[in-house]
Amino acid sequence: MTAATKIAPAFDVEKIRADFPILSRQVYGKPLVYLDSGASAQKPRRVLEAMTRFAETDYANVHRGVHYLSAAATDAYEAARRTVQKFLHAGREDEIVFTKGGTEAINLVSYSFLVPRIQPGDEIVLSVMEHHSNIVPWHFLRERHGAVLKWVDVRDDGSLDVEAVDAAIGSKTKLVAITHMSNVLGTVTPLREIVVRAHAKNIPVLADGCQGAVHEIIDVQALDIDFYALTGHKIYGPTGIGALYAKRAHLKAMRPFNGGGEMIREVSRDIVTYADPPARFEAGTPPIVEAVGLAAAMDYLMALDRAAVKAHEHDLLTYARERLRDFNWLRVIGDAPGKGAIISFEAEGMHAHDLATILDREGVAVRAGHHCAQPLMERFGVASTSRASFGLYNTRADVDALVAALGKAREILG
Amino acid sequence: MDQSLRELYQEVILDHSRHPRHFGALDNATHKADGHNPLCGDRVTIMLALDAAGRVADIKFQGKGCAISQASASMMTEMLAGRTQAEAQKLMDGFLRLVKGEDVSDLSPDDREYLDVMSGLSEFPMRVKCATLAWHTFKNAVDEGATDGSAA
Repeated sequence: MTAATKIAPAFDVEKIRADFPILSRQVYGKPLVYLDSGASAQKPRRVLEAMTRFAETDYANVHRGVHYLSAAATDAYEAARRTVQKFLHAGREDEIVFTKGGTEAINLVSYSFLVPRIQPGDEIVLSVMEHHSNIVPWHFLRERHGAVLKWVDVRDDGSLDVEAVDAAIGSKTKLVAITHMSNVLGTVTPLREIVVRAHAKNIPVLADGCQGAVHEIIDVQALDIDFYALTGHKIYGPTGIGALYAKRAHLKAMRPFNGGGEMIREVSRDIVTYADPPARFEAGTPPIVEAVGLAAAMDYLMALDRAAVKAHEHDLLTYARERLRDFNWLRVIGDAPGKGAIISFEAEGMHAHDLATILDREGVAVRAGHHCAQPLMERFGVASTSRASFGLYNTRADVDALVAALGKAREILG
Repeated sequence: MDQSLRELYQEVILDHSRHPRHFGALDNATHKADGHNPLCGDRVTIMLALDAAGRVADIKFQGKGCAISQASASMMTEMLAGRTQAEAQKLMDGFLRLVKGEDVSDLSPDDREYLDVMSGLSEFPMRVKCATLAWHTFKNAVDEGATDGSAA
């Protein structure tokens, strides 16, 4: 290794930014400061081009035709599945089910895995910091099948106590459903320890990885996790595509989800038999172009030094915390050790929506509201928060812009 | 500083949001409705008493939310006190047009002048629903919120 490469930065954010065309645009005549990647991330040119190129050259329906393009499209779609497999370090490609997003992935587990196993009084363990997509599917089971939701609280700093999770797992527990990373607090949960505790009692674990898959390196085999759900659009890929990792043994035992084409082996007037997983769970024409886009996004991330990306995001978080400390009228919610680059805060005398409107006019895009996590809002006694969520393309200058815009908001509303 | 922001968050609006008029419970309410904006969590409860002639004899609100939603509710209660239902409907129609930047020349000069501070909202289409929540809730209260259980 030469001296030059040794001192070269492991992560060149300006080079990254050049990959994201939208970041060079202005809003209201001001440079865009995009701090809403937790809601949906921007896409690198490589993803957009991969989708366009595929649609222009290799597109057709998958798994159906014998013609050239159908084979090409099927190859691309199945190659995308292998990319997701690689991204998650799954042992087998047929453990990856494409879905339309994280929400559908969790609903799939609920309907196909859990419903046939649930009896009235059976329990599902989840934390108070779950996104509604990892709450409402379980509420369905409560409403329709008499399941009981066992809520695990978080500590005041937003961290999750693995002992509390363990204590909530009882003889009636059928599933532990827990986020890998909170979309509000940024808390990263101790997934491996949770899996160990749950498996000691023979209870499967589902992780909502919609945020976690973006910021953490996921190894589903090392985690030994049963289900891992993710979505494409938060991971710098397209909307309309997500994936569920599930252990082969679970998938084989699971009943179909949606019924339709592609998911069958044979259909007669009296009988239907189903395809093997993962096709069994992919009824209808799947989001083919989007699968290609998701694979391109994962390839993009995997080509980077992910530890360096994480260090960069951690630096942004640390810097933002430092800068925001100057504002004694601002309360940051969530300070768990090792948390990801998301900052939620409440500003004294300022409603989150008023704040977000003013920030917006400064070119600073943040999210305001309950972030689809109302039980968590209740836990911290707030109706809503403002949230700045960072992506790999954000910079310290973005933090400075946020701080300056907050100062202006205080001037107007304070 | 962005002029449209100054206009949106002008002193009158901030004053209404910090010191809302007609804020509190109305014990003798004949009509009542809860309004909720699930997207942003704004909440408002409108309570009013219609007299025998169908006028808004008294009106109060309670709620929690952004400055725009609270100021709008406060201003609405100020405007609606003493009005007939037909007048209230006309005001509401006018208000819904005003916040979208549309013509309100059918309103009286006094009403136009009073509501003018809200006209800056037309520059902020994402926030229009904050301002209209109280008005829609008022309409629900009158139409469906009779506290004796009878439909209006």
